[in-house]
Parts: sequence; structure tokens; C-alpha cells
Amino acid sequence: MREKMLIVFCVLAAILLAYNLYVILLVLPDEAAQGPIFRIIFFHVPAAWTAFLGFLAAAVASVLYLVRKDLRYDAFAVAVTEVGLAFAAANLVTGMIWARIIWGIWWTWDARLTSMLVCWLLYAGYLMLRHAVEEPTQRARIAAVFSIFASVDVPIVFFSIRWWRTQHPQPVVWGGGSMDPAYWNTLFLNWVPLLLLGLAMAGIRLRQERRRRELEALRRMAHAL
Amino acid sequence: MTAPAGTQPDTAPRVAARARRGFLRSALTIAAKDLRAELRTKEALNASLAFSVVILLLFSFAFDPTVEETRALAGGLLWLVFAFAGALILNRSFARELPNDCLDALIAAPISASALYLGKALANWLLLMAVEAVSLAVFGVFYNAPWTRQWWPLAGVVALGTWALTVVGTLFSALTVNLRLRELMLPLLVYPVLIPALLAAIQLCGPLALGEPLASDMMVWVRLLVGFDLIFTVLALMLAETALVG
Repeated sequence: MREKMLIVFCVLAAILLAYNLYVILLVLPDEAAQGPIFRIIFFHVPAAWTAFLGFLAAAVASVLYLVRKDLRYDAFAVAVTEVGLAFAAANLVTGMIWARIIWGIWWTWDARLTSMLVCWLLYAGYLMLRHAVEEPTQRARIAAVFSIFASVDVPIVFFSIRWWRTQHPQPVVWGGGSMDPAYWNTLFLNWVPLLLLGLAMAGIRLRQERRRRELEALRRMAHAL
Repeated sequence: MTAPAGTQPDTAPRVAARARRGFLRSALTIAAKDLRAELRTKEALNASLAFSVVILLLFSFAFDPTVEETRALAGGLLWLVFAFAGALILNRSFARELPNDCLDALIAAPISASALYLGKALANWLLLMAVEAVSLAVFGVFYNAPWTRQWWPLAGVVALGTWALTVVGTLFSALTVNLRLRELMLPLLVYPVLIPALLAAIQLCGPLALGEPLASDMMVWVRLLVGFDLIFTVLALMLAETALVG
């Protein structure tokens, strides 16, 4: 049942992506000021949204783990954190490609770039921390506490670095930036396949964690015999 | 049960007040114990002091300490030194309790885990403030920085920034105490979380370290620092039990 859902998600994501790519590359005209490179926004922005959704889900799962002490929540937290990290990386890389064309530089210490990088470092630290702990319940507890700290830190990072400096084009949502409605629709329409892809990736990762727990249990049993 | 003659019967606020006093007293006992142990052995203190002086010396090779260069780099330089020196002290904070199973004894003691955590954080804060006072003196001499003109605001900023470092660092020190890569993991986890506080402290210490007063638009950084301290103190006290006991 679950496996079929994953396949359905992947197929749906593939169909939608194919359609969106057709619209993005062939139907929509070049943006007046930026030329063809602006199309990267249809992946850049939804990738960031997906990443933050993943980190938010990880925070909720971490709190739930500490309340219920059920390792399934821990598996869910690590699955969505890894997927979130992958999408955050996609966001950073697409942003750098865009910056190279428009600003002429790969990187600048602008507010949004810096905040996203800090987020990425925070959650990369989470994964490294997990690798450093052997025992599953101890790993789950330590990782959950760190994940809660990281999720509380993310908004503070964003505010502080925003005060520090800003060069990024105004964010298109709640930021005063403007965009044509046709672009808007495509932007949201392209979030759907990325979200489906993220869900499928998290599902696969969750299955891996389940298998790993089973393997560890079997190994312990074999040692006991 | 009736109260003994001459004493007031227990009421809810009275019990709460006694619990609060008990909490603070246990935290102070732990802090005093840690400070006494550290002042007798001086293992973390000496390492941390020597380390910060060496870094201050090395930075004088990395850039030419003229007035302009120092103005541009003072805040960042000081806080890098403080953060590195802090990691040394924080690493030892819980690791010191590992031999002879002292940590198990502390956890089994009839005090709450948050009191134990708060006591350790207070001790770390005082030790780190002492290291920072010496570093600032060395910095003033080596880099010709007349920070004593603004010593009062500077002390406030350093105290707030150091509390941010210790409040997060002590909790993570408790989290990572049993890990193989403890010494490596602690700074790796603490520094990214601390970025907002470090950023604020660096901005504020830049002019203060050269004895210049704070401009009024810098108050936003003071607010950030205070907010960071409050949020993470509450969060750490809430999670101390989970971090230490499970």
C-alpha cells in the first residue's frame, strides 16, 4: 500500500514536472529585465519552501518524540530533515547560478544567502550529531533536543541577518516584490511536483530507517543467541 | 497532618517559594562546587587562558594592528577568541564529571536536572568572564585599544554575549558528554546556533573595544542579544532534564 503511494507520488511528480518544464521553457516569455535566466526562480523559490516545510516537520516530530518516546517519530524527523537539507542545497545552488549571471558573482554575504547557509549548517550539524551516537534511543533523544534548538534558532537567524545587510531582490511573497500573475501560477504549480518529490523521498528514507531498526534488532538477537 | 506549634501551616504559595529557594540554592551549590574544583586544578582555566593569548598573538601576524585595521576587526577578533576559549571550558564542564561516575551521582542527587544545569552554566559563565577579562587586557596592550574608556557598556555586552555562549554551550556539553567525538562535536553544534548572538556581540564590540560610544542605532543589537539570552535560557531550562536524564 505504502509502496504504491510512493510510486504514485513519483509518477505524478514526473508528469507535472514535464508539463511545467514545457510551460516554463517554451510558453512563458523571457522576463524583461533579467532575460531567460529568471526561469530558475520556478525551482529556486519552491525548493526553499519545501526545505522550510521539511525543517518545520522535523521540529514537530522531534517534540513528539520527546513526548511519546516512539522511535518512529525519530525516523520521521531524520527523513524530513535530510529531504529539507537536499532542497535547501538545491535552493542555494540555483541561487548561486542565478547570482553568477545577474550579479556577476557566485556568492555575496547578503542576508538571505547567509541565513539559508546558516540553516543548512545547522541541519548538517544535526545529521553529523546523529552519526556520532551509536545507541538508538540516546541518538533519538540527543538529536531531538538539538533539532528543537535549531528550529527555535532559525527565525532569530533570519531576523538578525536581515538587520545586518540585504541585497537579495525583495522576496515575492510578503516582501513587496512584484511578479506577473502568469508567473505566479507557474511558481505555485511547480511547487506541487517538488513537494510530491519531497514526500516520496521522505517516504523512501522512512522505509530505510524502518529496515535499519529491524536489522539492528535482528543483530542484537543474533548476538544474544 | 497538623502543623507543629509555632509554625504556620503550609500554603501553596509558601511551598512554591520554598521550592524556588531550594532550586536556587542547589544551583548555587553546584556552581560553587564547579568553581572550587576548577580553581584547585585550573585545568580548563589555564588551557583556555593560554589559548586565547596565543590566538591574540597570531592575529597580530594575520593583519597589521594599525588603528584602522583594528577598528575593522576588533569585534570579530575578540569574539572569535572568546568563542574558542569558551569551547575549551564548556568541553570540560560535564566531561570532568565522567571519571568515577560523578555524573551519575549528580543526576541521582536530590536536585532537579535544571538546577544542576543552571549551576554548571553559572560556573562556566564566571570562568569564561575571567578568561575574557584577561584577554581584553592583553588585547588592549597588544593592539593599543583604549577600551577602558567604555569599560562599563563593554562589560555589559560581554556579559550578555558570554551568557548566550554558556547557556547554549552548557546544554550541548551535557548532550554530547558521552559521545566519542565530544571535543569535535561541541563547537560544531554550538557555533551555528550562536550565530545571531555572535553577530550582535561582534557589531557591538567593534566600536566599544576602541573606546568609542555606541551609536543609537546599535541598540537593536542589544535587544537581539537580550532576546536571544532570554529565549535560550528558558528553552535550555525546559530541556535540561531531557538532555541529562532522558
